[in-house]
Amino acid sequence: MNLASLYRPLVAVDPLFTAGVGLEEVLIVALKVVVAFTLLLVSVMLMIWFERKLHADMTNRVGPNIAGPFGLLQTLADGIKLFFKEDLRPAAGDKRVFGLAPYLTLIPAFLMFTVVPVGGDFHNGDGTVTWFGNTTHLQVADPPIGILFVLAMSSMAVYGIMLAGWSSGSKYPLFGSVRASAQMVSYEAALGLSLVAVLIKSGTLSTHEIVASQADGWNWNLWVTGFIPFIVFMIASTAELNRPPFDLVEAEQEIVGGFHTEYSSIRFSLFFLGEYMNVVTMSGVMVTLFFGGPDGPIPFLTSLGWLWGIFWFVLKVVAFCFTFIWFRATLPRFRYDQLMDLGWKLLIPLSLGWLIALASLDLARSEGWNRGLVGVIAFGGLVLMGLLLNAAVNAGQRKRLAGEGVD
Amino acid sequence: MTLLDDNSTTGTAAKSGAGETAKSEPSRPSAAELGAALIAPGAERVHRRDETSAVIRIDEADAEMVEAVDPDPMSDEPMIINMGPVHPSTHGVLRLVLEMQGEQVLRSKPVIGYLHTGMEKTGETLSYLQGTTNVTRMDYASPLFNELVFSLATETLLDIEVPPRAQWIRTMMCELNRISSHLLFQATNGMDVGAVSMMLYGNRLREETLRLLEKVTGLRMNNNYIRPGGVAVDLPDGWREDVMALMDHLPPLIDEFDTLLTGQPIFRERLQGVGTINAEECLALGVTGPILRGSGYAWDLRRDMPYLKYDEVDFDVIIGTYGDCFDRYAVRLNEMRESMKIVRQCVEMMPPGDYRIQDKKVTPPPRARIDESMEALIHHFKIFTEGFKVPEGEVYVAVESPRGELGCYMVSDGGAHPYRMHIRAPSFVNLQTMPHMMQDSLVADAVAIISSVDPVLGEVDR
Repeated sequence: MNLASLYRPLVAVDPLFTAGVGLEEVLIVALKVVVAFTLLLVSVMLMIWFERKLHADMTNRVGPNIAGPFGLLQTLADGIKLFFKEDLRPAAGDKRVFGLAPYLTLIPAFLMFTVVPVGGDFHNGDGTVTWFGNTTHLQVADPPIGILFVLAMSSMAVYGIMLAGWSSGSKYPLFGSVRASAQMVSYEAALGLSLVAVLIKSGTLSTHEIVASQADGWNWNLWVTGFIPFIVFMIASTAELNRPPFDLVEAEQEIVGGFHTEYSSIRFSLFFLGEYMNVVTMSGVMVTLFFGGPDGPIPFLTSLGWLWGIFWFVLKVVAFCFTFIWFRATLPRFRYDQLMDLGWKLLIPLSLGWLIALASLDLARSEGWNRGLVGVIAFGGLVLMGLLLNAAVNAGQRKRLAGEGVD
Repeated sequence: MTLLDDNSTTGTAAKSGAGETAKSEPSRPSAAELGAALIAPGAERVHRRDETSAVIRIDEADAEMVEAVDPDPMSDEPMIINMGPVHPSTHGVLRLVLEMQGEQVLRSKPVIGYLHTGMEKTGETLSYLQGTTNVTRMDYASPLFNELVFSLATETLLDIEVPPRAQWIRTMMCELNRISSHLLFQATNGMDVGAVSMMLYGNRLREETLRLLEKVTGLRMNNNYIRPGGVAVDLPDGWREDVMALMDHLPPLIDEFDTLLTGQPIFRERLQGVGTINAEECLALGVTGPILRGSGYAWDLRRDMPYLKYDEVDFDVIIGTYGDCFDRYAVRLNEMRESMKIVRQCVEMMPPGDYRIQDKKVTPPPRARIDESMEALIHHFKIFTEGFKVPEGEVYVAVESPRGELGCYMVSDGGAHPYRMHIRAPSFVNLQTMPHMMQDSLVADAVAIISSVDPVLGEVDR
C-alpha cells in the first residue's frame, strides 16, 4: 500500500495533486490551513460582535461600543477576561471527559469549514485559481466524500455537547445533555434527507462540483430542488446549531445554560467559540449547497474573478448569519415535545417525500416517461401521504388522551 | 389539615373495629367524611393529600441533600431537583423542589423565606406616617398599591375621608402603577418562554411609565407617595400633558406586543393549555387577580367592592376562558388597556381642591407656617417624632393590586403605632397554585407557569 492510496480519497479531486505531492504542494496546503483557521477565528470574532450589535439594534440598545472602534474588539476583550478566570472543575464530574468535551465541539466546527469553497470564478471558469504555477481550489480540502464529511463532523459535534453535560456530574447539565442527544439525532435525519435532494440534482458529493453544477444564478439548487429542501435544511441546521428558537440544550431560563452550566474560564470560551464557528460554517455549507457558493455576477475585473467569488460568498454568509440573529431576536423557544413533533412528524416526512418526488421526476426524465404525469402522481402521493400521516398522528393522540395507550 | 391525611380512612376503620365502646360514643363524622365535606366540587385536584397529590411532601433541608446525579443509568427513580433560590427565572429567590421523571415534573413544592425581612414586625415599631415607607417595599413592582392599602386601613380606623382630588390622584397613580407592573410581567413572561427581546421591549415601556411616576412622586419605585390623609404632594405643573402624552404613546407599542407574541404560533403553543386551573380550584386556594380572572371568574375588587373613585369610572373586567398561561397573559395585556381607559377618565374628571385632608391631627402643617408659628412647629415636630394616635380597633381593607387582592389587616391599641399590621399578599396566596398547575408538565412549562403566576418575592416573604 503506498501513501497515495491513503490520501487519495480525501484530496483526490483537487487538481493540485494531479502531478503528485511534493514540498510545494505541502506548503500550499499548510498555508491554506493557516489562512483558513485565522480567517475563521476572525470571522467568529466578528460574528459575535455582529450578533451583539444587531440584537442590540433590534431591541433599541447600543450594544458593545467601548473596546475598539464600534466595539469591534469586545470579543477579544471578553476572551482575554475568560482566559484569566479560574478554571473550575466540578468535584462530582468525570475530569478527563470534562476536559475533552470542549475540543470535541470546537474541532469538528473547524474541520467542517475546510470543505467549503470560499471563492473562485465559477461563472467563466471552473472555479480554480492558479498561484505560482499551481492550480488549486479555493478551499482547504476537496475530498470526493465532501458532503458526507460535513454530515460526519456535524454529528461529531453532538458528542462534545452530550459528554460535556454528562461529565459535569450535575443535574441541569444532565438535562441539557439528554436534550442535546435527542434533538441533534432527530434533526440530523431531516438535515441528511434534505441534503440528499441536492446530491440527486448535483450528482456528486464533492463540494467543489456541487458549486460548479450551480454556476449561473438560475441553476442554484435553491430553485432546482424546489425550495422545500432548503427550508427543511435551514430549520434543521438551526436546531443542529442550538440556535434559538431551538436552543433547548442551553435554555438559560429553564436549565440555566444546560451543558455548559459547570464550565468556566477558557473551557467555556471554547464552547462559545465552537458554537459561533458552527454558525459561520453552517452558513457557509448552506451557501454551498443551495446558493451557488461563490457564484455571482462579475461586473468588472474579470481576470480576478476568484476575488469576486469571495465577495459574493461572504455576502451570502453574512445574510445567513443575519437570519440566525433575526430568529433569536424574534422567536420564543420551542418546548421539548414540540421540537420532537416538528422534527419527526413534519420535517422528516416532508423531506423524505420531497426526495422521492424529485427522484421520480429525475427517473422520468432519464427514462423518457411523461414528466407531467409522473409529477402529478409524485406530488399527489406526497400530499396523500401527508394526510395519512396526519390522520395517524391524530389517532395516536386521541388514543393516548383516552388512556388506551398507543400500540 | 391532618384530618385529610390519606391514611385517615384506614385509621377510622381500625378504630371502629377495636371494641364495642365505639358504638356508644356520639357519632362523630369520620375524617374521610369531614374531608369530603370540605372539598369544593370541581376542585378535587387541589384537595388531594395522597401520593397523587401535586405537592411533594419532602423536608426542605432533605431536598438540599439529594444533590448528586444517580450514577446508575438504568435507574428510573425520580430525580429531586432544586430550582432556585438562585435561578434565572424564578423571579427573585423562589425555590422550587421538583420531583422529575426525565423532563416531566411529577410533584413540586415552592419553598419560600429567602427574602424574609420581617417587614410586618417592623411595621409595629413605626408610626402610621412612617408605615407607608415600610409597606411600599413589599411588592416592589407595584409599590403604590401597598401604600394605598395601608393608608386606607389607617384612614378607616381614624374614620376620616380624604378629599376627592386626593382620591382621584390615588386612582390615577394606581392605574399607572398597574400598567408598569403588567409591563414588567410582559417583559419577564416573554423572556421566560425564550423571546429575549420582550425583556427589553417590556422594560423600556415600563421605564417610560416609571418616568412619569418619578415626575409626580420623586421616585421610580418605593414612592411613599400615598400616605394616610391623602397624597404626599399635589400633581406637578403640566401633569395633564405628560399623562396624556404617555397614554397616546403606549397603545401602539402595546399593540406591537400583539404582533410579536399573541399571534406568534410558537408562543401560543408554549402557553395555550399549559398550567390550567379552573375557577373552583382558584376559589378553593384563595387565589385572586389575573389567575382567577383568567379562569373565567369575574372578580375584581375595583368593580365588586369599589374603593377610591372606581365606581365613577367606566372600565371592563377582563376574564379568560381556559385558565391557562395564555389566558393569564391575555388578561394582563388587556388590563393594561383598561387601565389606560381609567387613567384617561381620571385626567378628565380630576377635580380641583386639596390633595390631602386638612385635619390638623393627621396632616402636618405646611412648611411656610412653621417659620411663623410656634404651635405649628411643635405640631410638626410631634407628628413626625411621636406620630398621631389612632383610635382603638381593628380593620381589614382590601384593594385590587396587579396580582390580586391585596389586603391590610390592622389592629390599633389606641397608640401611635399599629399593634399589629398584616398584609394579605396576593403573591403569597397565588404561589400555592404552582404545584397543581405544574403537575405532569414539562420543565419548560414549569418556567412558563412561574412566570404566569407573576409572584413578587418581596411580597411573598415580607
